[in-house]
Amino acid sequence: MRELLQGVATTVSAWAVPVMIGTILVAAVLRRLPVYEEFVEGAKDGFQVGLRIIPFLVAMLVAMGMFRASGAIDVLKAAAAPLLGAIGFPPDLLPMAIMRPLSGSGAQGLLAEIAKTFGPDSLLGRQAATMVGCSETTFYVLAVYFGSVAITRTRHAVFVGLIAEVAGFLTAIWVCRAVFA
Amino acid sequence: MLNWIWIGLILIALMSAGAQDLGLIHLPEAAGHVAEKGSRMAAVTEAAFDSAKTAVNIVIGLIGIMAMWLGLMRLADKAGLVQLLARVLKPVLRRLFPDVPDGHPALGAMVMNIAANMLGLGNAATPLGLKAMEELDKLNPRKGTATNAMCTFLAINTAGLTLIPATVLGILAAAGSKAPYAIISTTLIASGVATITAIIAAKILERLPIFRVPRDGEGPPPDGGPDAGKDGSP
Repeated sequence: MRELLQGVATTVSAWAVPVMIGTILVAAVLRRLPVYEEFVEGAKDGFQVGLRIIPFLVAMLVAMGMFRASGAIDVLKAAAAPLLGAIGFPPDLLPMAIMRPLSGSGAQGLLAEIAKTFGPDSLLGRQAATMVGCSETTFYVLAVYFGSVAITRTRHAVFVGLIAEVAGFLTAIWVCRAVFA
Repeated sequence: MLNWIWIGLILIALMSAGAQDLGLIHLPEAAGHVAEKGSRMAAVTEAAFDSAKTAVNIVIGLIGIMAMWLGLMRLADKAGLVQLLARVLKPVLRRLFPDVPDGHPALGAMVMNIAANMLGLGNAATPLGLKAMEELDKLNPRKGTATNAMCTFLAINTAGLTLIPATVLGILAAAGSKAPYAIISTTLIASGVATITAIIAAKILERLPIFRVPRDGEGPPPDGGPDAGKDGSP
């Protein structure tokens, strides 16, 4: 059963883009569109969008890079450990909770480290893996998406992202404990 | 709000690195790192410049992929596929994005972005998402200020609903896991809860006075113009 699921999952991922491209091309031909010309016309915007998001991305990545290099996450972990124990949140996963919305590669590095230290099939390893899987690099997404249309007044977007992040993490910790422990 | 987070990240980084260099805080984990770079402050400096360079490298990599998807999206749009997708999912979309008119291309682009994210196609998701933002901004009466639809869209996007967390599975397998696929179900549950929470939070917070956008024709609020409380500053 698991192998079947795995096979289906791999096939869907591999076929999704080609099927999408094929469908778009066939539909465009049926509509008698000048396919090549229209594609090139649309593709022209790629460069502009890239240029627009550069300053936003530089700002975000510089702040995140400095934060990661400063060891601030370890300082926060040491400071918050007793508090986290009280709500049943493993202190070893706090760095992951802080890193996840900031940096995708940072969170993946932490996951690899946790899997090596505690074992990839340990409860802690699976909790960390679920945390990475159930969320996004929120700040990166907000910076790039809003940056692409030059929006600086982001209203409630950041709060909503963080609330969802916390809800996902707490669920990840609890569900893994219920299923695997 | 992004403003305060940005300032906070940098100030916390400077204070944390400074305290470690001055010997006010000792972290056992940090010993190797500091010895290698000489000091935490040096590491922070290096990270700042490296990250600035990385940002541009990411964009350069993105431009080609972006151009390809924007080309395909234009074809899909002209062929009526994007509108078709929006029509099929109309009942759901009307509730999520009541401000976006039926059949608007923004709806189709958002659906395609969310679908790409769910399938774990990161390369396709970003260009489709940026296309959706461009379309949503066409409906935006106040350029520079996020609309409700944009915030709801990004709420769903950042909640990370994924059917197959391929990267995570890869990391677990590389670490020697005997059953990496065990986490697929827990990830689905956690990201499902996160997504529902995100939608509810977006719908509630968009009504709060500090986040509200004044409607057209409404006079500026008495406390200093339409931008009072911008970015939801605390």
